[in-house]
Amino acid sequence: MVPISYYLVLSAILFALGVVGFLIKRNLITLFMSIELMLNAVNLAFVAFAWQWKSLNGQVFVFFVMVVAAAEAAVGLAIIIAVFRTRETLNVDRVNLLKL
Amino acid sequence: MLTITTFIVVSVIKIVIALVVLLTAVAYSTWLERKVVGHIQNRWGPKRVGPFGLLQPLADGAKFIFKEDLTPPYVYKPLYLAAPILSLVLALTSISLVPIGNWVTVDGVRTPLEITDVNIGLLIMLGITSLSVYGVALAGWSSNSKYSLLGSLRASAQMVSYEIALGLSLVGVLIMSGSLNLREIVDMQSGHVWAWIPRWNIFRWPTQIVAFFVYLAAAFAETNRVPFDLPEAETELVAGYHTEYSSMKFAMFFMAEYANMITVASIATLLFLGGWHGPLFGPWWLQDLLPVFWFALKVFGFIFLYIWIRGTLPRFRYDQLMAFGWKVLFPIAVANVLVTSLIVALQK
Amino acid sequence: MFQLVLFFVFGTIAVAAAVNLLAQRHPINSALSLIVVMACLATLFLLIGAEFLAAIQVIVYAGAIMVLFVFVIMLLNAGEEERTPGSRVARLLGFPAVVLLAGLVAWTLLARNPHPVPVELTGRFVGSPSAIAQLLFRDFLLPFEVTSVLILIAIMGAVVLASPAGTATGPGSPAEPPAKREV
Repeated sequence: MVPISYYLVLSAILFALGVVGFLIKRNLITLFMSIELMLNAVNLAFVAFAWQWKSLNGQVFVFFVMVVAAAEAAVGLAIIIAVFRTRETLNVDRVNLLKL
Repeated sequence: MLTITTFIVVSVIKIVIALVVLLTAVAYSTWLERKVVGHIQNRWGPKRVGPFGLLQPLADGAKFIFKEDLTPPYVYKPLYLAAPILSLVLALTSISLVPIGNWVTVDGVRTPLEITDVNIGLLIMLGITSLSVYGVALAGWSSNSKYSLLGSLRASAQMVSYEIALGLSLVGVLIMSGSLNLREIVDMQSGHVWAWIPRWNIFRWPTQIVAFFVYLAAAFAETNRVPFDLPEAETELVAGYHTEYSSMKFAMFFMAEYANMITVASIATLLFLGGWHGPLFGPWWLQDLLPVFWFALKVFGFIFLYIWIRGTLPRFRYDQLMAFGWKVLFPIAVANVLVTSLIVALQK
Repeated sequence: MFQLVLFFVFGTIAVAAAVNLLAQRHPINSALSLIVVMACLATLFLLIGAEFLAAIQVIVYAGAIMVLFVFVIMLLNAGEEERTPGSRVARLLGFPAVVLLAGLVAWTLLARNPHPVPVELTGRFVGSPSAIAQLLFRDFLLPFEVTSVLILIAIMGAVVLASPAGTATGPGSPAEPPAKREV
């Protein structure tokens, strides 16, 4: 049997990797994928706690997190496409001016 | 109950049998396709290699093995090599969830005729279908050629769009069966109504025949078959997403396409046509084998329908294809779900 | 025992794929690593008894959202990441930051959790579709309907933002970039 704290530690590690990925990567799309990694880590923590407290509310909340992540991915990628169209680069260091 | 070693041994035997049977079925459905399309087009099809051309798949296999395996220098190698493997692995995995018969007893070991019995079997099938978009998308992109990229983008967009209609058309059956377990859905279709009409889901109420046709159209689009095969049409896009592939890697895409056809036909049989239920007669060993025979017969009927339509219909243009998926099939599937749930709720 | 082995196998693959996501320079490799992470998380969900969520994770996250990411990477075709001076500093500070942050989050989660319950698969607590549906369509009906409106808004926003004609370019903007290879 697996203690629930193992799942929480794994969730913490994935979340930390997501945060650091968000801070150190320079490509816009990879930044966005680090955000998705953070959301996945949080989903794992939710499911682990749902098991611990024997309440399915945690799993329903994961469902809602996934829906929100889908909506956010759609809009965020559309924004990235719009940014690419005008700036012709996906490097975050080069989109740091409000006017071209 | 089975001990752990018996379970493992039985599972390995079932996996080996399922793989062998599936690969043989894939090979001979290529033979069937060439024969049937040939006869529809008023010609013979393969008839020289063996009687009725029955050894043609073996000749094709030998040809694929001996052909030069050319890797163009401009491709993105890791994904170029991984894409056909991914397609084939996903296509072969989904057969592990399909039950083909009742529980049988061999040597005192009682086992169901499927590799795994998962409570959410149908959802996992849909998940594997969603993942097979990657094989197509990565193949086209990694080939670094315009025909491949165009073909793969069109194919992926088409597959993702029709997945929705595919899933929704099955929801009607799920509402009436109340379970996602494939074996339970089939078990609810046993027996007869009015002593001779079998209680298959396709005959139930006014809605399931509509769902069946929506599922059929969506399945044709998911497996990239005529009339939805623009992404791999020879006359339009050279060969679409598998333009730059040769010999064994192309054979893997080819096998994956036919294995997907067989999977989709199996799901249609299980959910709409009553799975393995059919007239049972004879001694006990015949009663164990007959359900498998009925299942195989129904799946064969589906594959024949696939090939028949391939020989008959012209293909959709891409914008017609996308409009059909989103503006026709999706509303019909949603309406089917609404009407079915109304009927079920009023019956309770 | 068997579950411990499975947890470690899939947990290690998930962490390795997440590290690979950070280490790769081309975004397509990062996207594929993220798909591996999601698949491993789906199996971990199965181990904790959330079977419906595992299937939904594969269908929605790995099979739809990541397809969207892969599409955008394929369409934009921006190539590998460059090494600007900012990125060099960022990578040096990255590794101790992971350790620090992971330790902080793990300590917070575990310290407030005085009576952890070990995960065993002999219980009856399974997130089957019918059980989740009972909650989703009764107690959480309002959030469910609100999320459908949210998705509608997201669709409209994405269509408006990504359409080529008349996006947010005003009259004083520079000349349009040369025609991209749109499909």
